[in-house]
Amino acid sequence: MIRHHIGMAFIWIGIVFDFLGVLGLLRLPDVYNRLQAGTKCITFGSAGLLFGIFILKGFTTFGFKVLLGIAFIFLTSPVAAHAIARASRRSGIPLCGESVVDLYPGERKSEEDTTHAPAKNS
Amino acid sequence: MRVVRWFVGLILLAVLAYLNFFVFRAPLLVKLINVSLFSALFVLYRVVFGPSPADRVIAVDILGVLIIGLLALLGLFYDQGFFMDIALIWALLSFVASLALAKVLEGRRLDD
Repeated sequence: MIRHHIGMAFIWIGIVFDFLGVLGLLRLPDVYNRLQAGTKCITFGSAGLLFGIFILKGFTTFGFKVLLGIAFIFLTSPVAAHAIARASRRSGIPLCGESVVDLYPGERKSEEDTTHAPAKNS
Repeated sequence: MRVVRWFVGLILLAVLAYLNFFVFRAPLLVKLINVSLFSALFVLYRVVFGPSPADRVIAVDILGVLIIGLLALLGLFYDQGFFMDIALIWALLSFVASLALAKVLEGRRLDD
């Protein structure tokens, strides 16, 4: 009985994090903000949901498949997010207007806007 | 104008949550599956109307992770284990597709 309640609590947390991540994906102004919101929230949300299902099902075949799914999400989602962020930065998609700092040492198009750039000699 | 749009969206979400959780007669897991399906619908909006190609790639990547949770909930509801097999295969294919789309977005060839 208490196991059922704990599992349903984890499933609720996962669903809420999924929905908030998708809301951030809809509402945030920039590609990188959307990537951050979506990747963090939805990775944690889906992992929490799968962990709740593992608590509900116990050590059965279904439970071990769910654990394998958690491990796979934690391994692959940051790698894919990093690849997409690097590719979109290299393909020249600009940051949004409210951005403060840009520390990526790539090719910089506008040389006059070096107010917030890192110092070269330090 | 932005405040009006914000309130319209908030009222729309509140109406959807009320209809889902208090009017619709179903078991609790079906309601949670409905929430997950609405999340997938919002992600599909970003896939179709995304302003830049990177938005579409991000949305496809995120849809893969969302579908894994949805399939796990379906497997819990029907009490059958093969949904989790479909979820693992979906995760593998989504990962490979994300890496390939990132390479294409960067402008490199696939065998680089």
